Amino acid sequence: MQVPAQFQYERATSVAHALSLLTKFGPESRIVAGGHSLIPMMKLRLAQPQALIDINDLSELARISVEDSTLCVGAMVRHADLLSSAVVGEHFPIFHDAERVIADPVVRNRGTVGGSLCQADPSEDLSAAFAAVRGEAVIEGPGGRRVVPVREFFTGPYQTVVGDNEMLVQLRVPISSSASAYEKVERRAGDWAVAAAGAELRIEGTQLVSVGIGLTALGAPNFHAPEAEEYLLGGPAVDERFAEAGRIAARHCEPVPDQRGPVDYKRHLAEVLTVRALRRARTRWHGNHRQEA
Amino acid sequence: MEITVTVNGQQHTRDVEPRLLLVHFLRDELGLTGTHWGCDTSNCGACVVWLDETPVKSCTVLAVMADGRRVRTVEGLGDSTRLDPVQQGFTECHGLQCGFCTPGMMLTARWLLDHQPDPSEEDIREAISGQLCRCTGYENIVKSIRWAAEHDTAAAAVPEESTVDSTEVSA
Repeated sequence: MQVPAQFQYERATSVAHALSLLTKFGPESRIVAGGHSLIPMMKLRLAQPQALIDINDLSELARISVEDSTLCVGAMVRHADLLSSAVVGEHFPIFHDAERVIADPVVRNRGTVGGSLCQADPSEDLSAAFAAVRGEAVIEGPGGRRVVPVREFFTGPYQTVVGDNEMLVQLRVPISSSASAYEKVERRAGDWAVAAAGAELRIEGTQLVSVGIGLTALGAPNFHAPEAEEYLLGGPAVDERFAEAGRIAARHCEPVPDQRGPVDYKRHLAEVLTVRALRRARTRWHGNHRQEA
Repeated sequence: MEITVTVNGQQHTRDVEPRLLLVHFLRDELGLTGTHWGCDTSNCGACVVWLDETPVKSCTVLAVMADGRRVRTVEGLGDSTRLDPVQQGFTECHGLQCGFCTPGMMLTARWLLDHQPDPSEEDIREAISGQLCRCTGYENIVKSIRWAAEHDTAAAAVPEESTVDSTEVSA
């Protein structure tokens, strides 16, 4: 029987209460939301926090809304709710693509968006999706709020910029006219990605005027592929250039060999999935802008 | 710490350690052994129960997190006189096999049918994709859930014996 080691447990009643509990219990305490990453790690003693601060009652962090042309996703939004949200699908289909292949439906009922980002697993899907669309993380601490681009959120595997006495409260994505998509290869439902790529783009005339590429499980620094984005920006949105962007993305990531595959296979996936995500985003763009074509 | 959880409509108050998992609370504290405990790592889904209105893997939920909430287990699916159509479907279509994954499968199936009364085979397979049947009996589990979808209203309204009779007539 695997059970976690002993710990103290407190249920937070507000963000302010959660922050005061973090201060009270110190750096050995952890916030628990859905718990679907943290609790298995605690059973395996990969994590052994002295205190858990449960934020499941903080309904103010469970909302999805649009404010000032920005999609706002509370940290406690469950994966299932992100997947079923019409407003999310309308503006950022990349999140629906990703959520369909995150864990399995029952785990998605419990796991949260904020928990996934804070876990900072190198194979986590939403990290790449938010990196592709240039999302922002809203972090609250004793000194107030600060906003950090998701592309600067991660400091290493399982490490983020969120301080010991701070918590992630919201993810934001500016809404502009764009199209997006996410492509993943996994071995079976619920497994980590072998590799995955997300893309967001905006086309004016035939030119790409905005492009974002996210990569996961591929050792891409901060889950994105800046060299490939730079190559594409300002040029035509054509297959040959997408293919070259895929090659650039594959060259600049650093996958590690593991039971899901060797490095050359993963680089191959980086290339193929980047191209697929770009093409699917382009198809969606043209689907939404048929009258302009 | 003291927690009060409403399980299948009945309130239970217990003093538990924070590290006690919901699956063990149900099985060891309340004696509700219909909830099975399989892989320990949230992969197999044998431990699926409803927390409030949603299926969750109870090996990855702390019992203290269920304080003040409602839980539904397989014991709360039919009653002593009547099987839930999902339970009936598993018996009709040989979806039970060894029975280990059955409680979790049934609770996910009930939730699916409550939200999507006429699911396709693909919908059913997606819904149970986080739950493992080691007898590899997915074919019959899918058929069982389809059976339940087709008999949901009728079967739910009549006693078990009559359900069997009416099935034979309609077949």
